[in-house]
Amino acid sequence: MKPVAFDYERAASLSDAASLLARTGGFVKLLAGGQSLGPMLNLRLAQPDLLIDITSIPELTAIIDGGDHLEIGACVTHSDIEDGRVPDHFGGLLRQVAGRIAYRPVRNRGTVGGSLAHADPAADWISALSLIGADAVLWSQRGVRTVAVENLVVSSFTTALAADELIRGVRIPKLSPAARWGFFKFSQKAGEFAHTIGGVLHDPARGVFRAVLGAIETAPIVLADARPLFGGSAFDSGIANRIDREAIARLLDGKNVTDDYIRSLAPVALKRAAIQASAS
Amino acid sequence: MASQGIGARLRRKEDDRFLNGRGQYIADLRFPRMRDVAFVRSPVAHARLTGIKIPDQVRAQVFIASDLTGVTAIRAVSPLPGFQISEQPPLATGKLRHVGELIAMCLADTRAEAEDIAAQVTVEYEELPAVVDMLKAQEPGAALVHDHFKRNVFLETGFDGPIEAAARNAPVKVTRELRTARQVMSPIECRGFIALWDSRLEQLILHGATQFPHVVRTGLSQVLQLPELQIRVISSDVGGGFGYKAIVAGEEICLSWLAMRCGYPVRWLEDRREQLTANANCREHHYAITAYADENGKLLAFDARAAVDSGAYSAYPFTSAIEPSQVSAILPGPYEIPAYRCKTAAVVTNKCPQLPYRGVARPNVCYAMELMIDAIARQIGKEPHEVRLANLVRADQMPFNNITDKHFDSGDYPQLLRTAVEEIGLAKVRARQMRGESDGRLIGLGMSVFSEQTAHGTTADGKRRALYEQVFARITPDGRLDVRAGIQSIGQGLETTLAQIASECIGIDTGKIQVKLGDTELSPYSSGAWGSRGIVWAGGATARACKELASRVAAIGAAMLQTDVKSVQVRDGGVFGPHGSVTLADIARAFYLAPSDLPGDIDPHGLEVTGGYAPSRLTGVHTGSAHATVVAVDTETGGVEILDYVVVEDAGVLINPMIVDGQIHGGTAQGIGAALFEEMPFDAQGQPLASTLADYLLPGSAEMPDVRVFHMETPSPYTEFGQKGVGEGGAIGPGAAVANAVNDALQSLGVEICEIPITPRRILTAIAKAKRAA
Ligand SMILES: Cc1cc2nc3c(=O)[nH]c(=O)nc-3n(C[C@H](O)[C@H](O)[C@H](O)COP(=O)(O)OP(=O)(O)OC[C@H]3O[C@@H](n4cnc5c(N)ncnc54)[C@H](O)[C@@H]3O)c2cc1C
Repeated sequence: MKPVAFDYERAASLSDAASLLARTGGFVKLLAGGQSLGPMLNLRLAQPDLLIDITSIPELTAIIDGGDHLEIGACVTHSDIEDGRVPDHFGGLLRQVAGRIAYRPVRNRGTVGGSLAHADPAADWISALSLIGADAVLWSQRGVRTVAVENLVVSSFTTALAADELIRGVRIPKLSPAARWGFFKFSQKAGEFAHTIGGVLHDPARGVFRAVLGAIETAPIVLADARPLFGGSAFDSGIANRIDREAIARLLDGKNVTDDYIRSLAPVALKRAAIQASAS
Repeated sequence: MASQGIGARLRRKEDDRFLNGRGQYIADLRFPRMRDVAFVRSPVAHARLTGIKIPDQVRAQVFIASDLTGVTAIRAVSPLPGFQISEQPPLATGKLRHVGELIAMCLADTRAEAEDIAAQVTVEYEELPAVVDMLKAQEPGAALVHDHFKRNVFLETGFDGPIEAAARNAPVKVTRELRTARQVMSPIECRGFIALWDSRLEQLILHGATQFPHVVRTGLSQVLQLPELQIRVISSDVGGGFGYKAIVAGEEICLSWLAMRCGYPVRWLEDRREQLTANANCREHHYAITAYADENGKLLAFDARAAVDSGAYSAYPFTSAIEPSQVSAILPGPYEIPAYRCKTAAVVTNKCPQLPYRGVARPNVCYAMELMIDAIARQIGKEPHEVRLANLVRADQMPFNNITDKHFDSGDYPQLLRTAVEEIGLAKVRARQMRGESDGRLIGLGMSVFSEQTAHGTTADGKRRALYEQVFARITPDGRLDVRAGIQSIGQGLETTLAQIASECIGIDTGKIQVKLGDTELSPYSSGAWGSRGIVWAGGATARACKELASRVAAIGAAMLQTDVKSVQVRDGGVFGPHGSVTLADIARAFYLAPSDLPGDIDPHGLEVTGGYAPSRLTGVHTGSAHATVVAVDTETGGVEILDYVVVEDAGVLINPMIVDGQIHGGTAQGIGAALFEEMPFDAQGQPLASTLADYLLPGSAEMPDVRVFHMETPSPYTEFGQKGVGEGGAIGPGAAVANAVNDALQSLGVEICEIPITPRRILTAIAKAKRAA
C-alpha cells in the first residue's frame, strides 16, 4: 500500500517545528526515523496532512554531558548508541539494548525519541530507559518539562505528550562503576519485537535497586525498589533464586495482563536478568 | 576444455546479472504512459454483495464486474469423479467468499492515486456466517460457501484398502491427530504484471512474474476468449516462485482486459499485504491417523482421514483436487505398508484459495507419517531410526510398486537413513542427552525420511499422460549456441544447468551458450516450472535437441574435413577427424554464409532443432532423502535452537552439485519456516491476522543452521542422464524432523506436540498442560 498524499516540511529549529505543529487545518505528525511511522503511513493507519521531519534540528541530535547524567537528543539513533557514538556511561547496558533492536537498517534510522513517542509496549527503550531511571525532556513553546520515562508511557501506544509537545531528549543517569545490571529480551527470531522483557539494575553507590517487566501489552511494570520481587531481600549474588512469582502475578493482575503466555514468561525474564546482573 | 558438462560444479551463469543488479523484475520495467492499478478488495470473509457505490468523478477510472465484458469466470476443473466446480469471477459478483477477494479495479497515474480512488469506493454487503474451520465446515448445517454445492467439499478422494483384518490382532496401536498451519508462500518478489496492447500485431502482451508463461497464455485465452496467437506472455526474471507464480488469477485477467481497451500499458504490483492476506495461502492440513504395528514397529496397517483447507475457490490450473489426491497417494511414503486406507476431503472455506507450494502436500504427509513413526517408536521403546528401517523399502526391491501403485525407480532408502543417523552422531547425541545441559535446555534429536515423486508426466493419479517438453537449439552463424526453452527459471539455475547439458552434448564451452527462457513468442510450449521437473524434462529435451544438432554438425564437419562422418568426434568446440579439425564457428560460417563450400547433400534442416522429450516412464522418478536434526529447547521460554542439521539426498546423477546444494539449502529454510515460524492465523470471522512480515514470521539467516548436505547418486533408469528432480525436496523434510526433535527433547516432560509451527507459545502451553495433568 502507498500513503495518502501529505505535505512534508523539514524543520530547521525547535521553534520552526513548533510553528509547523501549530499549523491549523489538518492532522500533523512528526517524522523522526520513520521506522514505525513509515509502515503506519503505508498501511494508511496514519493519514496525515503534514509530516514535520525533525531529524535536522540541532538540539535533537545533541549529546550533552550533564555531570551525573548524559542528555541525548531524541533523534539519536539506535545504531549511534550500539556503535558507541554515544559515550557509554552505562556499563554497556544501552549498547546491548540498542544492538538487539530490529535489524541494522532499522537501527540506522530509528531513533530513541521516536521509539518512546510511539510507545509500542513491546519496544525496548521504554523498558530499558525506565529501568535505568531516565527522564524524558519534553519541549513546547510553552516551555520545557521533564517526565520520568516510566510515566511518559501511559499504556499501549499512548503517552503523556501534549499535542504541541515533542520529545527533545532523554536524560540518562550515569551508572557508577560498581553498578550491575541484567536485561533479558526474548523473541522468537532475531530482530523481532520482544515476547517478554525483564530488567534488573543494582547501583549500590547511588542506592539504586530497580527492576522492569516489559512487553506485557501495556506500559511496562517498573519498580523503583525491586526488593518486593525478590522476597523483600536486598541485591546479592543469589537473588535469582529468590524470585517471588506470586508478587509478579499480582503486579500483572494489576495491569490486567491475562495472557498465560506473557504471564509465564515474565518471571523467566526477570530471573534471567537477575542471573545476568548477579553473575558479573 | 575442462568439463563443463554433467557433474561440473559450474558457477551460475545468471548470477553475474543478479549479483550486479541487472536482473529485471516486473517492477524494474518501464513503459511510456504506463499507469497503475489498485484493487478494492473484500473486507469480509463471507457476505452477499448488495452494492458498489462509486463517486461520479472517479467512475471512469473504476471497473467492476459488470464492466468486464467478454470475460468469463475462472474455472479450474479436475476430471476426478465427484469434483465440485467453483466459478471464480475475476471481479466479485453476487457473493464475497474471502477477505481480499477482488471487487473493483481502480486506475490512475500512480499506485498511490489509484489507492486514493479505491478508498472512495464503498462496498455494500450483508454479512453471512464465515466458514473458517475445515472440520466444522463439513458438518451438516454449516453455512455454504457456494450455494450450489451440497456440502463445503470440492472433492472426496482416497485409497480404500481394507485394513480391518490386518489391524485386528496388531499388538501396537497408535492414534494421533495432527495439524499443519495455513502458510503463505513468500517469494521476495510478490506477483506483478504489466499488460499492454500491441496494435500492430493486435496482440496482448503480458509481462508477468510467472513460472509458466505458456500456461498463463492458455488460461488467459480461455477467460478473455482471445486466440492464443493474440497473446504473448513474457516473464523476465522471477524473484522466487515456489508455486505462487504457477497460477492464473483475477488480477492479471482484469489487467489484460483493461490493456485491450485503454491503449496504454497498465501495471499491478502486488504488495506484501495483498500477498499475505488476499492471495498466497497454502499448506493447511488436518490428519486423524491410527497406525497398527507389531512389537518391532513393523507396520501392519495404516488408517488415515485427512482434510485439506482448500479455501473458497479452485485455483487455476492445478485445481483444488491436486492436494487431496496427493495426500492419499503419497502418505505411505517410502514405507512398505501392507494394509492402507486414507480418506481425504478438499474442504471449501471462506479463505483465499489454497495454492500448491513447493512440495505440494508432500511436506504435510511427510510430517504426518514421520510423527506417527516416532510415536510408535516411543510407544515400543525403540530408536526412531530402527522403526524406520523395519519398514523402509530396500534397494534390492527396486524398482518397487508401493501400495498406492507409486513406482519407485531406484534408490537406497535404508542407506540414506543410516548415513543421516551416522552424520548427525546419534550415539553422541544420546550421551549428551543423558548428561544434561548446563543451561538447563533439553536436547532432542529428530529425523524424517521421505520419497519425492518428481518430474512426473502424468496427472497426479498417474493415470493419464499430462505433457511433453520441447527445447529449441540453434547454432548461430558465428558458432555460438542459442537455447530456448518454454520453462521458466525461478531460481533453480536453469540457464546454467541447461547450458551444461548442451555443452555435454555438443562439446561447446558454456560461455558460448545462451539459454533464453520465459517468453511464449521465443520458445516452444512448456507446462513450465513445477513438480521438480525442469532438469528431467527441459534437461532431456535440451539433450535431444543438442544431440541432433551434434549429428548435423558432425556431418558438415566431416564434409569439410573430407572424411567419413563415422570417423569424426564432436567435442571441445569443434569437429575432430583423423587428420584435422574444424571449429563450430568454421562449420556455422560455412553452412550459413558460404554454403557453396559444402557438398550438395548437406541436410537443409540446418543448424537449428526443436528437440522433444519424455522420460521412458511417465510416473515420475523418485528422489529419496533423509533429514536429521538436533535441537535445544528452552522449556522456560519455549525457544528452540537448531544445533545441527543434516540432509542426505539422492537425486540421481547430479548435473551441477553446487546448484543442487543451493536448492536443498533454500528448501530446508522454507521447511524450517513451516516447522517453527510460519502461520497465517484467522479469527472466527475469517479475518487473516498477519498482515505484515512482522506478524508472519519467516526464518531469517540468524535462524538458519549450517545445513550439512550429503549426496548419494543412484541413477534413474528412466531419464536421459539418470538425473532426478530435486527442486522441492529440501522443503519436505524439516517440518517432520524438527517436530520429532522437539518432541524427543520434551519426552521426559510427557509432552508431545502434534501441530506445526511449534512456536514458543505452543511449547509453553503444552508443558503447562502436561504439568496440570501430572
Ligand atoms: C522491522 C522492524 C523491527 C523492529 N523491531 C524493533 C524491536 O525489536 N524493538 C524496538 O524497540 N523497536 C523495534 N522497531 C521499531 C524501531 O525501533 C523504530 O525505530 C522506533 O519504534 C520508532 O523510531 P523512529 O525514529 O523510526 O520514529 P518514527 O517512525 O519517525 O515516529 C514514530 C512516532 O513517534 C513520533 N515521534 C517521533 N519522534 C518524536 C519526538 N522526538 N517527539 C515526539 N514524537 C515523536 C512520530 O510522530 C510517530 O508518531 C522495529 C521496526 C521495524 C520496522
